Amino acid sequence: MADYEHHSYDVIIIGAGGAGLRAAIEAKQRGLKVAIICKSLLGKAHTVMAEGGVAAAMGNVYEEDNWQVHFRDTMRGGKMLNNWRMAQLHAQESPDRVLELEQWGALFDRTKDGKITQRDFGGHRYARLAHVGDRTGLELIRTLQQKAVSMDIDVFMECKILRLLRDGQGAISGAVGYWRPTGEFITFSAKSVILATGGVGKSWKYTSNSWEGTGDGHAMAMWAGADLIDMECIQFHPTGMVWPLSVRGILVTEGVRGDGGVLRNSENKRFMFDYIAEMFKAETASSEEEADKWYDDHTAGRRPPELLPRDEVARAINSEVKAGRGSPHGGVFLDIASRRSAEFIRRRLPSMYHQFMELAGVDITATPMEVGPTCHYIMGGVRVDADTAATAIPGLFAAGEVAGGMHGSNRLGGNSLSDLIVFGRRAGMGAADYIEGRSGDVQLDAAQVQAIIDESLVPFSREEGENPYDIQRDLQELMQSNVGIIRTGSELDEAVAKLEELKERANNVIVKGNTRVYNPAWNLATDLPAMLTVSTCAALGAQARKESRGGHTREDFPKPDAAFGKVNMVLSQENGGGMNAPVKVDPQPILEMPDDLKVLFEEAK
Amino acid sequence: MTDLTMRIWRGDENGGELVDYTIESQENEVVLDVIHRLQATQIPDLACRWNCKAGKCGSCSAEINGMPRLMCMTRMDQLPEGPITITPMRTFPIIRDLVTDVSFNYEMAKRVPAFNPPPMPEGGHRMQQIDVERGQEFRKCIECFMCQNVCHVIRDHEENKVNYAGPRFFIRYAELEMHPLDTNDRRELVREKMGLGLCNITKCCTEVCPEHIKITDNAIIPLKERAVDAHYDPVAWLGRKITGRKKRTADEAAADRP
Repeated sequence: MADYEHHSYDVIIIGAGGAGLRAAIEAKQRGLKVAIICKSLLGKAHTVMAEGGVAAAMGNVYEEDNWQVHFRDTMRGGKMLNNWRMAQLHAQESPDRVLELEQWGALFDRTKDGKITQRDFGGHRYARLAHVGDRTGLELIRTLQQKAVSMDIDVFMECKILRLLRDGQGAISGAVGYWRPTGEFITFSAKSVILATGGVGKSWKYTSNSWEGTGDGHAMAMWAGADLIDMECIQFHPTGMVWPLSVRGILVTEGVRGDGGVLRNSENKRFMFDYIAEMFKAETASSEEEADKWYDDHTAGRRPPELLPRDEVARAINSEVKAGRGSPHGGVFLDIASRRSAEFIRRRLPSMYHQFMELAGVDITATPMEVGPTCHYIMGGVRVDADTAATAIPGLFAAGEVAGGMHGSNRLGGNSLSDLIVFGRRAGMGAADYIEGRSGDVQLDAAQVQAIIDESLVPFSREEGENPYDIQRDLQELMQSNVGIIRTGSELDEAVAKLEELKERANNVIVKGNTRVYNPAWNLATDLPAMLTVSTCAALGAQARKESRGGHTREDFPKPDAAFGKVNMVLSQENGGGMNAPVKVDPQPILEMPDDLKVLFEEAK
Repeated sequence: MTDLTMRIWRGDENGGELVDYTIESQENEVVLDVIHRLQATQIPDLACRWNCKAGKCGSCSAEINGMPRLMCMTRMDQLPEGPITITPMRTFPIIRDLVTDVSFNYEMAKRVPAFNPPPMPEGGHRMQQIDVERGQEFRKCIECFMCQNVCHVIRDHEENKVNYAGPRFFIRYAELEMHPLDTNDRRELVREKMGLGLCNITKCCTEVCPEHIKITDNAIIPLKERAVDAHYDPVAWLGRKITGRKKRTADEAAADRP
């Protein structure tokens, strides 16, 4: 019988990135007893890595901008697979959320008349991204962190949640986890739980994600009985560093292209002109001259093709490299040096300058960067109600990257930070409303808690077994090669089969060294079940979606298929889910868009 | 490929020692890459913090050959030949191996009175770029806490930790002091309760800042000047006499919550 400490709250929020912090602030403002639980120290979540900005149709740079244009851009960028209601709320509410950040102390870059300035990004018709140089995510997380701290919200740092708990009626009742610094177990009873755990990228070999991106929230939600949707829709950001190898995958902001940077192949050709899809031809420049006029005046020419949505650009880079026109280290060239002054580059892109100088010894004001696609973001996630962020489980909410639907099959740059603050707030409101309508105490089932604790300790008791790092490495290799940027049926079949083998190995994992105190091998062993679960969901979804759409490209089905465009791939497990339980894949119709919004897409034709 | 000797501090709150590990060198690695390879192949339980691996989160601070550095931004090929010594930050209590208890910093963060702006006008506040840039420099801080680690006021004097905010929080106070919208006056607070006077401007903090924030020149010195002005300036005293406005005491500033 293991001892553990216990805490009781109205709402617990798992994850302390932008969505988690914003949800906590909202719930606290409603007078609730709130705790934030995060795997790392406060302020270190992956949100800090967001660089370019937060998309909001404030109209500060182009007065023509409004929520309808932002909504349309978002839906088209997502290839119409988006939950239209989420995309609508997001476009309508993000300007207020940005202003609110300023009221909480954020210092955004300004226009000449003193308003928040906005920059261009792929897929956005107007300059729309409020930003702070190229460190906008840091500004967002620090602002929310400082606000949360000033409100005396309890924070459980370096605390890993293993499983969610439900009561006899099926409603959420709390969670079980452990403190990483001590290895001691901890339980929470809570009337409501908000998942804000971010993404899944750590299961791929080349990723911009940190160690935390293991899909904990996705997996725990499905194990507890919630649905996941469209887990095959994964964004490979077109521009990650490719060299040196040790930093391969680290992000290079889209702001480089928004500020004038262009992509070239080994023949020094701006190849993106060869990859303009039919859907975007009407609004994309057809020559370099036209494209170059656009940066200064968006009415003088159409958009440069380097600023097409990320899925388009990533596929184009992949094709160039495959055709033998890549850079020496297997990427392409991203050139801003020949197009903008050194002073401009250092002012607009300070952290990119710093990153390349320190890690690669490359001066980006003088030399082009070598870049290539890196696993960056999952559009799929927990199925939620748009207005309340509620999942199918009473009391369980999800916001941010862990939630699915908002971005359809491909996310536009800048729409993630705005997603966090719009739906973080809505999740906080949703949880508060839910709590007002419920009655009775929350009871945890001690036997259930004990079983979860015991299971997590098994790796210490084995005499022999698998090194968790070996399983992680093999998983990353498998997902990179078989469920990567371009997929095909036979490779996906192989991935699904091999994932079962990896699960067998994970069932036999061993942790050497007797301590639970800050033991990264044990931490990884407890992350593996979620990593394997989300990887399985991605592979199964990719197998079932026999078309190419957004962040899901099938070599054997290279075109979008209208029939698949009308369904979400819904993934679920029967009661008592877990890593070893089978996952069901079920295509279900997407939410039908009302006629008054459909008009926005017809007019534009 | 040659072999590297990594001399890593292993231990916990009860003590520890430097242990040598040999591992093959690989091209273009940073220190954190080598630590990760050691974890994966030889020392699975080697404790170390990290997140972004791109110098943006400030998690992997350690002392490399005695110098506080981010392990993710320190290239192996820029270190001198011979064994590479990696020890945890010395100013904070040890948890295990390279991981320290940095909760001191989070406690100090709680003591900063919140940003307190006037109500937002329709369409948002207007501020000029030149006015936000001063604060933006300080908001580049990634909270690696290396400035706190090298500050001798607390590195060598544990007893000062109760009443000394440290460089990281002096830049936070400076940022709020220089924020175009903030209405609270924390100058007495930072002088009286946050130990600003204990800093004798040795600039160690500025030297180690991975974000190259001019902590001493742009934050601490101006803050000292403002705090002293507020406290001793006879003209300001006269002005207060005439207008009847009082300067805010440390307690009044600390109590100000939006």
